[in-house]
Amino acid sequence: MKHPFLHALLRLPRHSGVLAVSGSLLLLALPIVAMWGGQAWVRILDFAILYVFLALGLNIVVGFAGLLDLGYIAFYAVGAYTYALLASPHLGLHLPFWVILPCGAMLACLFGVLLGAPTLRLRGDYLAIVTLGFGEIIRIFLNNLNAPLNITNGAQGINLIDPIAIGAFKLSGRTDIWVYSLNGPQKYYYLLLLLCTGVVVINFRLQHSRIGRAWQAIREDEIAARAVGINTRNMKLLAFAMGASFGGVAGGVYSAMQGFISPESFALNESIMVLAMVVLGGMGHIPGVILGAVLLAVLPEALRFGVVPVQQVLFGKVLVDPESLRMLIFGLALVLVMRFRPAGLWPSPERQRELAEAKS
Amino acid sequence: MSQVLLEARQVCKHFGGVKALSDVSLTIHAGEIYGLIGPNGAGKTTFFNCLTGLYVPDGGGFELAGKPLQADAPQKAAALGIARTFQNIRLFAQMTALENVMVGRHVRTRAGVIGAILRNRATREEEAAIRRRAEELLHYVGIADRACDLARNLSYGDQRRLEIARALATEPKLLCLDEPAAGMNGAETEALKVLIEGIRRDGTTVLLIEHDMKLVMGLCDRLAVLDYGQKISENVPAVVQKDRRVIEAYLGEVPEDA
Repeated sequence: MKHPFLHALLRLPRHSGVLAVSGSLLLLALPIVAMWGGQAWVRILDFAILYVFLALGLNIVVGFAGLLDLGYIAFYAVGAYTYALLASPHLGLHLPFWVILPCGAMLACLFGVLLGAPTLRLRGDYLAIVTLGFGEIIRIFLNNLNAPLNITNGAQGINLIDPIAIGAFKLSGRTDIWVYSLNGPQKYYYLLLLLCTGVVVINFRLQHSRIGRAWQAIREDEIAARAVGINTRNMKLLAFAMGASFGGVAGGVYSAMQGFISPESFALNESIMVLAMVVLGGMGHIPGVILGAVLLAVLPEALRFGVVPVQQVLFGKVLVDPESLRMLIFGLALVLVMRFRPAGLWPSPERQRELAEAKS
Repeated sequence: MSQVLLEARQVCKHFGGVKALSDVSLTIHAGEIYGLIGPNGAGKTTFFNCLTGLYVPDGGGFELAGKPLQADAPQKAAALGIARTFQNIRLFAQMTALENVMVGRHVRTRAGVIGAILRNRATREEEAAIRRRAEELLHYVGIADRACDLARNLSYGDQRRLEIARALATEPKLLCLDEPAAGMNGAETEALKVLIEGIRRDGTTVLLIEHDMKLVMGLCDRLAVLDYGQKISENVPAVVQKDRRVIEAYLGEVPEDA
């Protein structure tokens, strides 16, 4: 062990109940604390968790099975549009969420298999190009399916999407609980936290199972994997289908939370963003992916809030537009991380060991 | 004569105009160590690849224990009981030695996604059995102490042993070893010989491609010799060694008065 302290630190959460309890309490209290900074901060938290959810879904495809997917956001779009079409005035349907979310997941899963089936023989760059094309096709379809029959309402998007509701209890608007009044974003935070916990558990259990080992074997050496009897076709399709289903669920929740969606939200840069979260955090390592997603979701927003006041204090006026500065710093940060921590910010212990060996 | 385990009938494989295998027929009996030798490029590995489903033969076919072997994909061959190692070692480099062997159990275990997510009793028991068997196999091939090391960090000889353990994990009827002694020193080769003899004693038939003649002659019950894709000899080592065509294939034409 080269870093006994680091190892102890990494193992701590698993062994210490105290840390687990305090961590959970912190996560539960977070939206209430963030509310002091304004509702915008709670929404940023919501999106951070939504991105964690998405990144963990993509992690199954990219991290576990090693299939580079640049069109992941298409599944998110499928889920989002499924929800929007089945629960908005656009088609006049108002189905309950517990019907729609599984529908969205299933439809996304189907699309996952549709994408997976013709790309089974492709790897690396070639697979990336096909998936990239697939992602764009879905977006362009959504953009143009408004004539002759108006299905998606084109570029205008779909508005007035129903919030997630159980009977009279809606996740949008205010609810008074005892002395505290929870607002919409806070309630969605708790829903997302619940879903996300589920995804973390599923990811973790899959990774340490017969299925997870088969995926890792395919990633390492496909021919050897086949020679020991792994049906690589089925296993790859399974990875695509599972990753896509999670994307579908995330899309559904996004749709309900926002109340409005348009094809613009599902552009290529979103796919790249989610992929960057997985790679930056540490491919295939669940805590790493979570870290990557939270960082990439929160930091740019924090920057947006921080840049204007800082410049006003320093120069008396705003010199650089926060939006352009945001992308500049973001790009620089990505380059630096890839230069100095190529396996990600928090790689799995095996990869960490490997890096340490490469250096020594 | 003991039972026939594998029968190859007129197996052909062409790559463009090159006849890598033409009408190769051979019979392997259960419990044998059967050697496949020949000069470089003779078609030994091509024969292996046809047998293990990596290539589909252009003609002929195989019969395993009396049933036609329709292995058009390696995973089917593995499921039917043919396991192999590779000439240039193909381990899962970033996985530990133990995990490599555990992957080998994949084809003989059942747990699916639902089981993995729910982690129910059956799945937990199967997982424990997989681990137990993998540990046994590492012990069997003699690298139990390296169980938690990444496969890529193992010594060359240990990597060869790990590949054999992984192949054994699939419970093969026929274990195909592609040049297992390549690059090994004398002591390692001797240890490998003991291991292969042990595998046969424990009931697995072995098909061996090897260039190390001392190992082949000392280990194999019978041999087939390939040259330019054709079987030129098949017999016990003592006879093959004296076969004129074999000597010619290895050393060139022998003058009449030699």
